[in-house]
Amino acid sequence: MTLVNVSPSDEFEFKPGRGQVLLLACGALAREIVHLIERNRWTAFDLQCLPAKWHNTPAKIVPAIRAKLQEAKGHYRTIFVLYGDCGTGGQLDALLAEEGVERIAGPHCYAFFSGNAEFERQADDDVTSFFLTDYLARHFDRLIWTGLGLDRHPDLLPLYFGNYTKIVYLAQTRDEDLAKKAMAAAEKLGLAYEYRFTGYGELETGLATRAGKS
Amino acid sequence: MSDEGELDLRSLDDEELTQQIHDDLYDGLKEEVEEGVNILLERGWAPYKVLTEALVEGMRIVGIDFRDGILFVPEVLLAANSMKAGMAILRPLLIATGAPRLGKMVIGTVKGDIHDIGKNLVGMMMEGAGFEVIDLGINNPVEKYLGAIEEHQPDILGMSALLTTTMPYMKVVIDTLKEKGMRDDYVVLVGGAPLNEDFAKAIGADAYCRDAAVAVETAKSFMARKHNQLAAS
Repeated sequence: MTLVNVSPSDEFEFKPGRGQVLLLACGALAREIVHLIERNRWTAFDLQCLPAKWHNTPAKIVPAIRAKLQEAKGHYRTIFVLYGDCGTGGQLDALLAEEGVERIAGPHCYAFFSGNAEFERQADDDVTSFFLTDYLARHFDRLIWTGLGLDRHPDLLPLYFGNYTKIVYLAQTRDEDLAKKAMAAAEKLGLAYEYRFTGYGELETGLATRAGKS
Repeated sequence: MSDEGELDLRSLDDEELTQQIHDDLYDGLKEEVEEGVNILLERGWAPYKVLTEALVEGMRIVGIDFRDGILFVPEVLLAANSMKAGMAILRPLLIATGAPRLGKMVIGTVKGDIHDIGKNLVGMMMEGAGFEVIDLGINNPVEKYLGAIEEHQPDILGMSALLTTTMPYMKVVIDTLKEKGMRDDYVVLVGGAPLNEDFAKAIGADAYCRDAAVAVETAKSFMARKHNQLAAS
């Protein structure tokens, strides 16, 4: 006799290629988006990501999203873009307006994780803050330290970070290892350190309102 | 472009040495650039000639390779640091020898923004091209721009922003100039990674400068137009 476990499983695994709402996202949000989809058991979404390292070269973002939108047309009922303006100077919004596609509100992920209104409220106090998210804390060495050439030329540190006073780690999850990494990053840059737990902020609420639109 | 082994810069003739300074700038070799500048001065070169033929030309090459994706920001910063070191030697001599002045520029990063890498590069290249540059630094409210304009009476106002959230402040400054009836007294140049020509036009700037070399050429062109207008009137 074969025993079958009939108790309901808590596990829900996101499987790409199934949903009718395409989430077109920055790779820096991939882990968070998949976590939210699985935690909320959202079945409406498919997900495609573009390289997070374009954070350093935003000119690449708009042409790549244009190409992705062309590819995706006709294959989905809706497309939702999960990018901030991300240094595209309004060009991303111009493209999306042209294509009739929505994106999550906010100039960058720091703002929508914090909540756009809250981020705006703190803007004056944060002028000299350099923000890390979970993603940036996790990949600080590769994206920021090596990405800016500080591994080869640490003497450039004052040129890049001389005007900053502190690292503000906007944490999406309560993860001690990431907090240690963020703190180490602050130390490496010679900056003060502040921890702010944001959770997923408006990324979660923005997805939730679209989870039923299939 | 680096060569293996020690090179005695004094053994090079003027043309070779100028070429070597270009290479050393490209490689961000600050001490070598300083040494090269001093040797050319010892050989009787006018400070302005050293500036334009050795340093500015060297940085022009760096700028082209940056634009073409051959060099990246760290390399450009190292080159700029080397040029800055050379400029530090030349600056007092340029003043003493009355080097040509093309015009005066007030430049600063706008309120809410502390990014100054691009702005500093522009300032340095403008100075190298013969402009007097008054650098207001970072995070400048409109009052600071107005105060500097009143005090220094520049030909050009330069504003820089790296953030999408801070670039609209440029319009605040331009609108204030308009309100005070001062807008047409100055050429307003804007720059920064998220900007583009459409934005510059929309806020009422005279031009968008995508990099330091373009800023210099644009400034020169506006100054030439201004001189032609004055000559015609």
